[in-house]
Parts: sequence; structure tokens; C-alpha cells
Amino acid sequence: MLDKPRLLTAMDILSAVMILIAAGLVFFYAPVEQLMGQVQKVFYFHVATAWVGMLGFMAAGVAGVQYLRTEDEKWDIAGLGAVEISLVFFMVAIIMGSIWARPIWNTWWTWDPRLTTAAIVELIYAAYLLLRSGLDDPGKRARFSAIYAIFGFFSVPLTFISIRLLRTIHPVVIGSAEAASQGGFNMDDPMKTAFFFSLAAFSVLFADLLWHRIRLGKLQSAVNTLRIQSYEKES
Amino acid sequence: MSAFLRSTAAIIWKDIKTEWRTRENLSAMLVFSLLVILIFNFALELDLRARESLAGGVLWAAFIFAGTIGLNRSMAVEKDRGCLDGLLLAPVDRSAIFVGKAVGNLLFMLVVEAIVLPVFSFLYGISVFQPGFLAVVLLGSIGYSAVGTLLAAMVVQTRTRDILLPILLFPLTLPVVISAVKASQGFIQALPLGDVSVWVNILIAYDLIFLAVAIMVFDYILEE
Amino acid sequence: MITVKKLVKRFGPITVLRELDFDVNSGEFVALLGPNGAGKTTLLRILSSLMRPTSGTVQVASCNLPSQGASLRAKLGIVSHQPLLYGDLTAAENLEFFSKLYSVKTKRIAEILDLVGLYPRRDDLVRTFSRGMQQRLAIGRAILHDPSLLLLDEPHTGLDQAAGEILDRILQDVALEGRTVVMTSHDLVRSAGLASRLVLLSKGKISNSLSTVDLEPADLIDFYKTGLEGGRS
Repeated sequence: MLDKPRLLTAMDILSAVMILIAAGLVFFYAPVEQLMGQVQKVFYFHVATAWVGMLGFMAAGVAGVQYLRTEDEKWDIAGLGAVEISLVFFMVAIIMGSIWARPIWNTWWTWDPRLTTAAIVELIYAAYLLLRSGLDDPGKRARFSAIYAIFGFFSVPLTFISIRLLRTIHPVVIGSAEAASQGGFNMDDPMKTAFFFSLAAFSVLFADLLWHRIRLGKLQSAVNTLRIQSYEKES
Repeated sequence: MSAFLRSTAAIIWKDIKTEWRTRENLSAMLVFSLLVILIFNFALELDLRARESLAGGVLWAAFIFAGTIGLNRSMAVEKDRGCLDGLLLAPVDRSAIFVGKAVGNLLFMLVVEAIVLPVFSFLYGISVFQPGFLAVVLLGSIGYSAVGTLLAAMVVQTRTRDILLPILLFPLTLPVVISAVKASQGFIQALPLGDVSVWVNILIAYDLIFLAVAIMVFDYILEE
Repeated sequence: MITVKKLVKRFGPITVLRELDFDVNSGEFVALLGPNGAGKTTLLRILSSLMRPTSGTVQVASCNLPSQGASLRAKLGIVSHQPLLYGDLTAAENLEFFSKLYSVKTKRIAEILDLVGLYPRRDDLVRTFSRGMQQRLAIGRAILHDPSLLLLDEPHTGLDQAAGEILDRILQDVALEGRTVVMTSHDLVRSAGLASRLVLLSKGKISNSLSTVDLEPADLIDFYKTGLEGGRS
């Protein structure tokens, strides 16, 4: 377990390369959008990171169910890792959203469904981490985190639907005719390439980070066990 | 089946009797709700027309905040004297414990709401005594109590007990808040039923989903 | 009545019970002794189905734990050092509540109150009871459904001399009704007086066992000391 698997190293390299290529595609290959100019390029990474955040959110819910079913510690670490990574990715997505929104709509924050839901998910993550910090017994901590992740999994879509029904000014990107008036735009082929490649690059990055995080968790666990065992030997 | 109902009923009755002895919980919840309404009154400084459009929101803010007090206390009683163990040792289905506590919490919430609503009506000059409105209050309270009871059972076992419950609960109950407020507003402003029904549907969906999930998951909270 | 083989209980990286073997025959009164942290409460909680073992086999009153925990509970009575009673209800109301959960006839409540000497205080709130009275009511609650096995976790904690003696008398009556009793305790002498067998739990294992028939005080001390040393290895 101490040796870093070759596959993981390969994945590190792959993620780094893919991100670089994605950046290249975004800045040099995809055309500059007519109405919005350079700032529109934020969109590629913004959606990609939000997408990955969503992946992490769902992964946490699934990890929760798996933990309750198997009581295998690795699912607890995976769930925690998914939450931590997703927390960062959503934060990046929100910040990029602000960068995009400011020149287009002259405001840093828009109370639109997707952005608001992302903010709510961030709060749920914060609550999740606070819950964990209030529990010392590892078994309980893992079980309760799993349960909270499952609850979040069900609650957030409902929240999103509710907010969506309330109001929307978020651009509907893919292809609608009125989209342009809301700040949306149609994508031509080079844009699509850049977009989907960014999506793929960030997904690979997510998997890479999660794998590292799970390894880290397992190593921490092993250190803990060794430490306790050494205390017991002394006494 | 009847053993389940009997145990659940016994737990509910026990909670009612215990609460009735001191009425601490109920008074705290009641006073807190009224305080919230009062604070909103000054914080928002609404004129008459604005008040009507915000009435639903103010009410639900009061219920949600007051609700956490009741939830916390109801579970703390069980934990502090080890009574939860007493319940767990009895030959009753674990889910009976959950349903019993959740229904008890719901009843307390409804009692507080029953007192706050007329007061609110009086202060704001808005009639809230329509069946639709009251149905929304009921549906929202059910969802809130179900999720709240479950989370309270978790939180009471942590170190940071009191502060943690609102932090965990509020983000998860947003669908209830949003839908209940919109639906309440709809009824207050006598909007057509078609507009309101979508919100009521969300409330019902939420209640069903979370009751099911809570019952399935409750065992894991209580075992060691 | 109780058969435990190679029981292990871990809390994360900490191992509390290490491949523990423990047997209790029907009708025995076993006192489980040992230093703090030895795992007595953990063992009791596992036997009562409140806690699940990490590994090992546990069979109590013909029920395999943890799978048959639900069937065990009807045959089991527990007295913990917490009263497990509702302070804002009266003694009678507390017993009424539990009698509903255990499907026990209501006339049993009066019998129990009488047995533990609390009948005159039946309509008083438990909040107003002294610690000794609460423990007596707790025992009453534990035998309400006539269980074949009683588990007691340091029931004498916090009791003064007089209350302790009242408790002992009730325990002896109760034990004489043919129940099996397992009691954890810190009190060597008292346990020797109540129990038919003493068992020492040290560092997560049973390290010594001694019958109390014809017991000399010197035997007691010897039992404890060698038991602790045995546990150290």
C-alpha cells in the first residue's frame, strides 16, 4: 500500500496533460464569441468544474449507501474525499460564474437556480464536515456522514426544482433561439470540441484527485492503528 | 402490525404526558415564534401591502426556527437519562421509535402553529384560516418534523449538539421552505389553484421521499 | 444461558475486547469484576444487543447475536448506572409506559411497585426520587416482563450504605426467583456476598473465575491479583 501505484502516476500525468490541452483548446482553438468577447471563455471551465462538482456530490451519496451496506471504511473515505473535492470544484465554478456575470450582467451574483443550488450544496458540505468534526467514534462518524450524504442527495434536486420554478436568468446554453437575449449563445463545432474536452479533462482530474485522497485516508488510518498499537504495547 | 402501532402510540402518549407536566418545550417554542415574527416586523418595516406579500415567508421563518428548539429538546430528554437505551432494549421495532418521536414532534409543532396563526392573523390583519393554507402548514410541518427528528437523533450523539442541528437541518429543508412559502402566499393572495398546486405537489413529494428514506435509515443511527 | 466465544470488539483502531470467552449457566449469579476500562460495560452492552460485536460468536438465551437481537430483548432485563427512567413521569406512569412496550398486564405494575418498596410513592415524579429509589424502580422496570436473564451494570454506583443494602435484598429476592444474573461491579466483597461466581475481566479478556462457595477473604484478594497479572500478558 505504501508504494504509489503506477496507474496512479499515469493518471497524474494524464490529468495534467489533458488540462493543458483543454486550456489550449479554449484559448487558441475555440473562436472568440461575438457578443461577449474573451470573458465568455470562462464558460468552458466554469461548466466543467460545476459538472465535476455535481459528480462529486452524487459520488458522496453513492458512497454513503455503499458504506451503510458494507461498513467498509474505504467508502467512508471515498465519501469524505468526494465532498472535499466537490467543495473546491463548486467554489471554483461559483467564482468563475461571478467573473462571467460581472461584465455581462453587471452584477457579481445572480440568484438563479443553478448558482444558488451550488451555494446551497456548499453549505451542505460545510454542515457535513461540521458533523464529522463533532463525532469521535469512527464507526458513528462514518455512518452518520453516510446518512447525511444520502439525505443531501435527495434534497438537493428537489431544492433545485423549487428554485428553478421560482425564477431563472441563467443562460440556457445549448441551442435555444432566445438564449442569446439572456446571455446564452449557440455553440459551433470548435466550441463544442473545446467544451467537451474540458468536461473530460476535469472528470479525469476529479478521479485522479479522489484516488489520491482515498490513498491518503487509508494511510492515515494505518498510521492511527499503528500508533494505538504502540501505546498498548508500552502499557 | 398492532404491536408496532401500540408501541408508537405509547411513545407518543409518553411524550405528550411528559411535555404536559412542564410545558417547557411548548412555551419556549411559542415564545420564540412570536419573537421571530416581532423581529421581522421591525427588521422589514413593511407597509400594509408589502406585508401581505411577505406574510407566508415570515410565518415559515418563525416555524422553522422555533421547530429546532422542540426537536433538540425532545431528543435531549431521551439521551440524557439514558432513556434511549431503555427504548432500544424494549422488544419494539426501531422504526416505531422513529415514528413515535417524529409524530410527537409534529404534534408539538402543530400546537405551537395553532397558537401562532391566530396571533399572526390578528397582528397582520391577514386571514389564514382557509383549508388550503392549513393543509400547507400541515404538509410542511410533516416533512420538517420527519427530517428534523432523524437529524436530532444523530446530533444528540455529537459533541456540538445544540448548534449542529440547525446547520444540518436548514439546507435539507429548503424545498419545504420554498414550496410552503409559495403555496401559503398563493392561498393568502387567492391565486388560482393551478398556480399553487405545483408547490403543494413538491411538498407532498418531499414528505413521501423523506419519510421513506428516514424510516429505512433510522436503524443505522441508533446501533453501535 | 450465555455462550461467548472469541469475542472481539474494536472501536476504530482501539481494541477493547480481545477474543473473549465467557460462559454463564442458567440460574447462576455471576459478578463480573475488573479495573476501569477493562471492557465490562462493553461486554454487557454486547450481551444486551445494544452493541454489535466486531467478530466472534455470542449466544444469549438461545438467541444468536446480533441477528436475533429482537427476540432476545423480550427475555432480558437491564439495570444500568443511568436510571433509564423518565423524570417527568411518576413511578407508576414509567412502569405503565414500559408495560405497554413489553406487552405486560397492568396489574403487574402494582406487584412490582410493592416488591421494590415503592408503592406508597407511586404517584410521585421520578425526578423527586433519591438515587437509591430510582435504582429500585429501575430494577422493578427490569423485571416487569419477567425476564429469564438480568444484566446489571454497576447498580450500586452512587448509593449510600442503607440504599445499597435495600438494593442487595431486592437483588437476592429477584435472583432467588430462578433468574440468571450477570452483574458488573467494582465491589469485591459485596459481589462475593451476592454472587455464586466471580469472574475477572482484565484487558479485554476473562482472566480468572472463582466460585463463591466456602470462600475465604484471602482467596478473594488472591483471585483479583492473579487475575490482573494474567491479563497483563
